[in-house]
Amino acid sequence: MILETIPILKLGKLLLVTIQVDLHDELVLTLQDDLTNKLAVTRSRGVLIDISALEIVDSFIGRSLATIASIAKIMDATTVLVGMRPAVAITLVELGMSLKGIRTALNVDKGMKLLHDAMLEQEAWPSPR
Amino acid sequence: MALLTAAAGQSFDEELAGERWDDVRAGLVNLSKRRAVAGFSPSETATFIFSLKKPLFEALNRAYASDPARLSEEIWLASTVLDKLGLLTVDAFQQGREQLILRQQQELLDLSTPVIKLWDAIVAVPLIGTLDSERTQVVMESLLEAIVDNEATIAIIDITGVPTVDTLVAQHLLKTVAAARLMGAECIISGIRPQIAQTIVHLGVDLGEMITKSTLADALRIALAKCDLMVTKSDRRVASRD
Repeated sequence: MILETIPILKLGKLLLVTIQVDLHDELVLTLQDDLTNKLAVTRSRGVLIDISALEIVDSFIGRSLATIASIAKIMDATTVLVGMRPAVAITLVELGMSLKGIRTALNVDKGMKLLHDAMLEQEAWPSPR
Repeated sequence: MALLTAAAGQSFDEELAGERWDDVRAGLVNLSKRRAVAGFSPSETATFIFSLKKPLFEALNRAYASDPARLSEEIWLASTVLDKLGLLTVDAFQQGREQLILRQQQELLDLSTPVIKLWDAIVAVPLIGTLDSERTQVVMESLLEAIVDNEATIAIIDITGVPTVDTLVAQHLLKTVAAARLMGAECIISGIRPQIAQTIVHLGVDLGEMITKSTLADALRIALAKCDLMVTKSDRRVASRD
């Protein structure tokens, strides 16, 4: 059996995850694990998940994406989900999952801008002394 | 008509199943369908066949005047054949009508859900007519496609042309908005008339964090503001007067 993993790239202060294969349950769990560890090591403040190549989703994968976002939030990072296909969006809505806690953007470019804005906003907060 | 005589001249097949009748059947089906599209009534179409009865029976009368038993047999046969042909025309007529209705339905569906590009990153869907599940699906699909094509960040859904909003319609709207949000676009609902606002509140429908505006102009204004754009009055005319 070939052990597949999804690469997590460090891009400046961000982590970039591009999902280029169809996700199965095990792969999502591995991704969740890897991402959490990587967040702890790199202390990144933002995660960009590109799912533009993802064609099939089920309720588990939808929930996993929400879980990943929640985990990242606890680790003090903002998650942006980018490039969702129309069919995937419709499927998720029909499944009753609107991923309320997740930020979304149309493509990596816009997602990057959104993350930068979010990070600037956070940095603008008065730091405790 | 010539086909009919040709086929009938060879044999009266009980079931009209023989190859000789194929041309007759095809011709009749074609004719009936054309009449259905042209707006004839079914009885008018069938009368075309039944009107053959009189001349045919008269001809049979003349041919078998001396043999009453044979005459009644032949008349029975001819009448069966004509009845079957008549039914065939009605069937074909109905089929033609149904195809017409189906095509019109599809056209209506396509016509009623255009997605308009208002600005670089702003698209709008003016909804006209009642929203049912099927139309919501079409609206959702075309809106999401348009969002991808235009790289839109704002989508305006204008419901000025939607006569009533009940819980089901509201739910469909919420679904569309949720799907657009998943794609990374923000939705604004515009064209909420006073009665509709009242109905929505009376029904207790929770529109959540959806932005609602009463007119498309208001929605466009807020959409432009969200894209960091603004509309200013040009002073060109004043300048040219000086």
